[in-house]
Amino acid sequence: MDAQREEWGTRLGFLLAAVGSAVGLGNIWRFPYVAWDNGGGAFFVPYLFALLTAGIPLLVLEYSIGHRFRGSAPLSLRRLHRRAEWIGWWQVVVCFVIASYYAVIVAWAAAYTWFSVGTAWEGDPNAFFFGDYLAVSDAGTFGGFRLGVLVPLVLVWAVTLVILGAGVRRGIERANRVLIPLLVALFLVIVVRAVTLEGAALGLQALFEPDWSRIGDASVWVAAYGQIFFSLSIGFAIMITYSSYLPRDGDLTGNAFIAGFSNASFELLAGIGVFAAIGFLATARGVPTEEAVSSGIGLAFIAFPEIISQLPGPSGLYGVLFFGSLVLAGLSSLVSICQTYIAALQEKFGMHRENAVVVAGGGTALVSIVYATGGGINTLDVVDNFINLFGIAAVGLVEVVVVAWLLRELPTLRDHANATSDLRLGRWWVVSLGIVTPLVLGWMLLDNLRLTLAEPYGDLPQRFLLVSGWGVAALALVAGILLSRRSWPEEVTLQRPADPMPRRPEGPSS
Amino acid sequence: MSTSAIVTMVFGMVAIWGGLAASIALTLRRSRASRTSAPPR
Repeated sequence: MDAQREEWGTRLGFLLAAVGSAVGLGNIWRFPYVAWDNGGGAFFVPYLFALLTAGIPLLVLEYSIGHRFRGSAPLSLRRLHRRAEWIGWWQVVVCFVIASYYAVIVAWAAAYTWFSVGTAWEGDPNAFFFGDYLAVSDAGTFGGFRLGVLVPLVLVWAVTLVILGAGVRRGIERANRVLIPLLVALFLVIVVRAVTLEGAALGLQALFEPDWSRIGDASVWVAAYGQIFFSLSIGFAIMITYSSYLPRDGDLTGNAFIAGFSNASFELLAGIGVFAAIGFLATARGVPTEEAVSSGIGLAFIAFPEIISQLPGPSGLYGVLFFGSLVLAGLSSLVSICQTYIAALQEKFGMHRENAVVVAGGGTALVSIVYATGGGINTLDVVDNFINLFGIAAVGLVEVVVVAWLLRELPTLRDHANATSDLRLGRWWVVSLGIVTPLVLGWMLLDNLRLTLAEPYGDLPQRFLLVSGWGVAALALVAGILLSRRSWPEEVTLQRPADPMPRRPEGPSS
Repeated sequence: MSTSAIVTMVFGMVAIWGGLAASIALTLRRSRASRTSAPPR
């Protein structure tokens, strides 16, 4: 099986796919708000610190695991140590859960690209989104299917499964070669238009005005680490899977720096575009900027439609560009999330790619229909919150602690990265992963646990939270453990590979 | 925009976009250097 393993066609192809995975909806609708809410311009100091002490080190760690052990997350971790496989399966099941609702948000964005043509939300974007479009019913109720969500959802899954079915080089790499440059081009147009709007400077002032008094606040640092952790697609199998298709001489550390800074660069661009538009909205409403700020679904599907309606000139075109960018960013991330469990199923069950795509991708598509109902947005909101806080963050922490402290594999993996890379990892990498990252992730997890236990999320019924929130997060762990108990096909080599990498000549240390 | 906001905006741009440019330049330069120093196959 290993002899036939696919590889990326080019280094650029891998980098575009890795950046495509990292750059998602969170870059556009989460980063600007988090930066504004945590000290504005002062936030860049903890943000850059977190990028260098957690984001890039974690990227190198996952690239090294995938590249050295050349398998999906479960197989790579199984080869790392026989008792580490369950972590890989836990990550893969988390990906399955995320893909099931992430596709629905991409479908909303696709629908809104269409609605933009005639600004269908004219008058009251809030009532249009929750009432006319989603026709939201009570939490925990089914509420019937919503055709406006179901139709674009089918299209999103069709595109995603076609890309995945074509394979790593012919499907994922080719798609990202189109999606990412197009996304950057569209977003540049959005930003240029946004910063030339009346009131844009007020929005940028709100985003960049530094509040240095916040720099000593621990919650600001945790927010910076959280933003880096959640936006870089680390800790949940994607980067392990993608790097397993790198050729033997792939430059792991160099790639991690480029991917990490590319993601941060897009976030900064998104921050400028979003806050310039918010400044315009505040000016149009005649209110202070703070009253116009929003994030997440509220920013994308309520605030932006209002901004689009207020724009002078052909405003529908701006809407097409904005929601089109959301679709592109979402699609490239969705493909990477699905690839994690498709690769794992191929290896564990000896399936051909096409069959794995139909079974796993098709299965996720069926599950995602649950969110295309009247009660779907409530379920989506709860599942998203719990799987992020107690799925991704928890499994990321477990991965780092197990690799760094229980298996003590950091020196081996550092040697592997150094053997493949021109940029050499020094002591900072071991300290970052062995001490800084576990401490911050552990703190984040405990703090979120405390907050969630103290107050029911979104004031929703406890029973609903127990099933859709805690239940789904726990199920991911249990399913991961159960999947790891199944034996591998005979043709899959489980032995830890001997180090095949000839050392590169010594270069300057980074 | 206030001076402090402009300064932090420029700092963010230089640090992040400059970091990306430096990563690409450094990686490409070293890749070329290691290719030219490798023995002929």
